[in-house]
Amino acid sequence: MNELRAILSDSIARLLTDEVTVDVRRSAEDGDWPTALWTKLEENGHPRVLVPEDQGGVGGGWLDAHTVIQAAGRFAAPVPISETILAGRILADAALDVPDGPITIAPVRPDEVLKISRTGNSWSLSGTVSRVPWGAAADHLAVQAEADGQPHVALVAQGQASIQADRNIAREPRDTLTFEGAAVIAAAPASDRDSLWRYGAMIRSAQIAGALETVLDQSVQYANDRVQFGRPIGKFQAVQQQLAILAGQTAAVGAAAETAFGKAEAGDPEFEIMVAKTRASEAAEAAASIAHQTHGAIGFTYEHTLHYATRRLWSWRAEFGTASHWAGRLGRLAAGRGADALWPMVVAR
Amino acid sequence: MQHFHFEPCQLPPEAEELRVEVRDFLTENLHDPEVKRARSWSGFEPEFSRKVGERGWIGMTWPKQYGGHERTFFERYVVLEEMLAAGAPVSAHWVADRQSGPLLLRFGTEEQRQRFLPQIVRGECYFCIGMSEPDSGSDLASVRTRAEKVDGGWKVNGTKLWTSGAHRTHYMIALFRTDPNPEDRHGGLTQFLVDMKSPGITVRPVPDLAGQEHFNEVIFEDAFVPDDMLVGTEGGGWGQVTAELAFERSGPERYLSCIRLLLELIREASQDPTERQAVAIGKLVAQLANLRQMSLSVAGMLQDGKSPALEASVVKDLGAVFEQSLPGIAQDLSELEPTLENGNDFQQVLAFLTQVSPSFSLRGGTREILRGIIARGLGLR
Repeated sequence: MNELRAILSDSIARLLTDEVTVDVRRSAEDGDWPTALWTKLEENGHPRVLVPEDQGGVGGGWLDAHTVIQAAGRFAAPVPISETILAGRILADAALDVPDGPITIAPVRPDEVLKISRTGNSWSLSGTVSRVPWGAAADHLAVQAEADGQPHVALVAQGQASIQADRNIAREPRDTLTFEGAAVIAAAPASDRDSLWRYGAMIRSAQIAGALETVLDQSVQYANDRVQFGRPIGKFQAVQQQLAILAGQTAAVGAAAETAFGKAEAGDPEFEIMVAKTRASEAAEAAASIAHQTHGAIGFTYEHTLHYATRRLWSWRAEFGTASHWAGRLGRLAAGRGADALWPMVVAR
Repeated sequence: MQHFHFEPCQLPPEAEELRVEVRDFLTENLHDPEVKRARSWSGFEPEFSRKVGERGWIGMTWPKQYGGHERTFFERYVVLEEMLAAGAPVSAHWVADRQSGPLLLRFGTEEQRQRFLPQIVRGECYFCIGMSEPDSGSDLASVRTRAEKVDGGWKVNGTKLWTSGAHRTHYMIALFRTDPNPEDRHGGLTQFLVDMKSPGITVRPVPDLAGQEHFNEVIFEDAFVPDDMLVGTEGGGWGQVTAELAFERSGPERYLSCIRLLLELIREASQDPTERQAVAIGKLVAQLANLRQMSLSVAGMLQDGKSPALEASVVKDLGAVFEQSLPGIAQDLSELEPTLENGNDFQQVLAFLTQVSPSFSLRGGTREILRGIIARGLGLR
């Protein structure tokens, strides 16, 4: 990690330690928008880390974004910071202005398509998208949409859709939005119709990596603190062995996610994203299970804080593709290229 | 709180250039059928090892004064991973290159280094490891093979077990008990270089369940080891062995043992796999790539002069789980049965790896020991 990124890492960790209190998480789960947290993030430029400086952003790279997004996952920050970072990048790549405030992204389901059409100088948007993160709360939406079969990126303001609210099991908003000829602020052709899906998977991988660190920390702490049979349960080999598995999975997903972001900075990260989301979604299962088993009944209560991470793991492993989705893509890629191409593909950078 | 951070690492251009050379070398010198390649680092071929030595690919990071090549850990890493991925028979020079040589560089006398390292580098001098005994496996500190001080050296009595390659290597790096009543249980142990041709040493093969003869029982009966073959400090064997095991655990061999089977699985699936095949293969490829990221990161830590013993244990544990899962997954995807004599490459490779896979989480530290090390590293005491 270079020095600037280490400073960024410390600063975001301090900010989130101060701002993501249990009260903030609870009220967010009740549907309140955490204004103070978001304001602090904006003051520090974090939501615009990937927006070039000449477009009003920080001008950082994907690895800087990784630092912010991994931390957001680690602290279970109940705001669409990751979505806003990705939206900023997609808009900026299409040479569109990036507005202030939280921006979400759509579609986030692989089978959903939005369409935009042009009348004179203005564009309008139609279609239904589900599971949109903070779909009702974000000020803007960056959408991937088709115009005459060509992929486009478009920016839409809040208030243009009819909304059906829903949540994931971490009680993060996941809303269904229906657009019927909605006004579009700006639109431009995009190079690729898969990019939102791929980068969404990459971002969730880093968030999962962060949440895994939290469940590991909490589990080790609990095992050292909790005394049964006259000693901390962390002294029992049965518990130690499970926590070693958890540590291994945490380290593995951390490496996979960070590698994907590093590759995104230098080229096409498709292979690394397939690897990262497959591993992250797989590990989420084992990790949440071990963490809860270690914590016993107290970890199963709403009062204890373990669930802020584990419910996110269970939500995020499904979002932007399950382990089987990405493994299927990766397996077809590997089989399509043939056995002799496998090793060169794994080491090619 | 301790986390294991595997910083993504990129190989420098000179390492990637070397990769091309290694692949060319393997194309020219490796013509083994698939089932033989599956044996990879248990394949013992002195002629091949000498060729590798000629190319300057043994002792790559060692000082030139001992015949080494003073290349980077990254360059060494690339040579290793290409050899293993191709299933090259590296085991003759493997142990010396991986751990005996580095051990001598760190703890050996100047005379020992000058005597042994140049031969190792040429691919002519092979080593085995004498750690385990009939009553000492994971509990290595309990070794009983006794070295008693006598005039000019040490008299050794006892038995080593599971000694891979003892029947065809030149020297053993052995851990003997030099003090039968040490103050702490990790004391009283000393490492020695043992000439396997010495009188009083009997090597008996212990065939494994697949019928292969690679490991042995080595019996010492009043065997004499001269004073100048003591490695490091008398009584300091435990610390030295721990350092040596860290070398042993850090390499790419800890996740590539089953790569031939993954390749055969991909061949069986054809270019148009079923969804079930695709998902299973994808999950395996994801683990393979993920392990390679971590293993390369460990190489980066070594290059930076760090001692990634804990990280190496994490990779070895995850790698063993991956390697060990492969035969079962492959079998579940195919109605082809494992075969010994006939059958296609998939069936023969499956037969071999199914049988040897239990060893993956035993050799070089059992799963339970590794996880105990990891747990301590996490701050669980």
